[in-house]
Amino acid sequence: MTPDLPAILARLRVALPAATLTHLRNPGPSGQDSLLVAPDHLGAVCQFLHDTAELDFDLLSNVTGIDWPEPAQADAVAVPVEGTTPAACGFLEVVYHLYSTALRVGPLVLRARTVDRVNQVHIPSVVAVYRSAELQEREIFDLYGVEFIGHPDLRRILMWDEFLDHPMRKDYVAPDDYQYEPTPHDAVLEKAQQHYTV
Amino acid sequence: MSLSPHTASSASMPELDEDELLHVSLGPQHPSTHGVFRMNVALDGETVVSLKPVFGYLHRNHEKIAEGVTYLSSMPFTDRLDYICPLTNNWAYAQAVEKLAGIEVPERAEYIRIITAELTRLINHTAFVGFFLGDMGAWGSALMYAFREREKILDLFEDLTGARMMSNYMRFGGCRNDLPDGWAARASVLVNEFPRFLDELENLITGNEILIARTQNIGALPKEVLINGGITGPMLRAAGVAYDIRKAEPYGIYDRFKFRIPLGAVGDCYDRLMIRLLELRESLSILRQALDQLPEGAYIHPKAKIRNFKPPVGEAYARIESPKGELGFYLISDGSAQPFRYRIRPPSLINLTLLEDMCLGLDLADVVLILGSVDIVLGEVDR
Repeated sequence: MTPDLPAILARLRVALPAATLTHLRNPGPSGQDSLLVAPDHLGAVCQFLHDTAELDFDLLSNVTGIDWPEPAQADAVAVPVEGTTPAACGFLEVVYHLYSTALRVGPLVLRARTVDRVNQVHIPSVVAVYRSAELQEREIFDLYGVEFIGHPDLRRILMWDEFLDHPMRKDYVAPDDYQYEPTPHDAVLEKAQQHYTV
Repeated sequence: MSLSPHTASSASMPELDEDELLHVSLGPQHPSTHGVFRMNVALDGETVVSLKPVFGYLHRNHEKIAEGVTYLSSMPFTDRLDYICPLTNNWAYAQAVEKLAGIEVPERAEYIRIITAELTRLINHTAFVGFFLGDMGAWGSALMYAFREREKILDLFEDLTGARMMSNYMRFGGCRNDLPDGWAARASVLVNEFPRFLDELENLITGNEILIARTQNIGALPKEVLINGGITGPMLRAAGVAYDIRKAEPYGIYDRFKFRIPLGAVGDCYDRLMIRLLELRESLSILRQALDQLPEGAYIHPKAKIRNFKPPVGEAYARIESPKGELGFYLISDGSAQPFRYRIRPPSLINLTLLEDMCLGLDLADVVLILGSVDIVLGEVDR
């Protein structure tokens, strides 16, 4: 059963009047709208959704990182219902899919966005409310470079510790020596020569 | 080396001196890790004091690769996630794309999908029993019985999809090809013969004293902790939580079939084993109903697009009850032929979130059992 997003939004606005919340419409056929939560109230919103008995969102199923180099692209996929000013620069986004196991409601889609993609890449961790975010937030930190404030053990998970970049970013450039061939030819030879002459 | 005055004068020694712990790197190359998985375990004698899983040995950034190719090109790659259960992976991905693009699936295709998915569950759960007993030291024999039966199902899959394991069978809006002549009848024969094997398997293991001694009261956690940790699938149901996506959020045509959700009472390794055995019986019941009702008709929607497929701008999250837990796909379309974002919600990885909590205070030998009871495939953990 899909959650009644306007009703949940109204409840949240009563319970947490200081939190900035925006209803984002999904233009596609899936009908899964989402709720943009300002990062400073993300923990409180999750706690409220988890603790309120009538909502009972006890399962944080999926946590996804997204890189949006162009804010206009993000606004096309998740369209703000109320008029909001579009972001000035690209940002990283974390999407949470919440379910209620007892009430069989879901997915409730929450989104949180960083300020930019370079320096201000912080988002508060929700591990204190939902333990299931632990490995998934590590993965987003590893592959996207989002820094989760308050995560108990934030380190790389899939890439090795010495790795420097974040490979899931849209502007990631793979190193040109990844493909070793004993006898390189054609495109690989060209690439290899470029690499070894520099 | 002389002791420093401070240490010598302190009245009591700390109980767990870091120097007295034994650090064991369990894996990555070890049969009990089910692939290339490593656990850095700290031991006080035989007792586990800390356990840190190390991931990534099989990481190939499947999600990044999928963002650079068309939607359909990722279908064969999903076979390689949980390579014991390629057909459920196919289904989960096809379902997410269908949700993203609003594609209808004909009735016969829904039946074929359920039949292949439940046969996959048979494969997974029987193989699980074999591997689990292998982890316990019954190396080989139980697995050989399980693989004998698995091979019969793989023969069916080979006739249907052209490959035993790397099936690449589902398409957006249906399946790649229709059932070959006589396939449904052969599947029925298999389904009718399977309970005899199950009786044999249960007879082999359930009353076994060693199995009971080694698995009961090992690795149980309270159900609230499990839900909070994102644990899904048989692991969660073994702890008594009636949460099966086939019932909670019926996808495909699961709401047409009668089946029960087996539940455990304690949630220990024994319950996790038994849940799988009971789920096998329920899968057989679904299979019998589906094979009986299998309608004629199209196996793929006539308007399903194979070439130049571009879903409208939007996003979708869709999930299925894969044999290992909740397998979800989250897709974002920017209107082009390639997904802007392609995310897999891997049950194998997320079911490992609480691995340390389950193992603390137990013996090292129990760690191998607990990891076995989670039922992971590293192709899906590391992606």
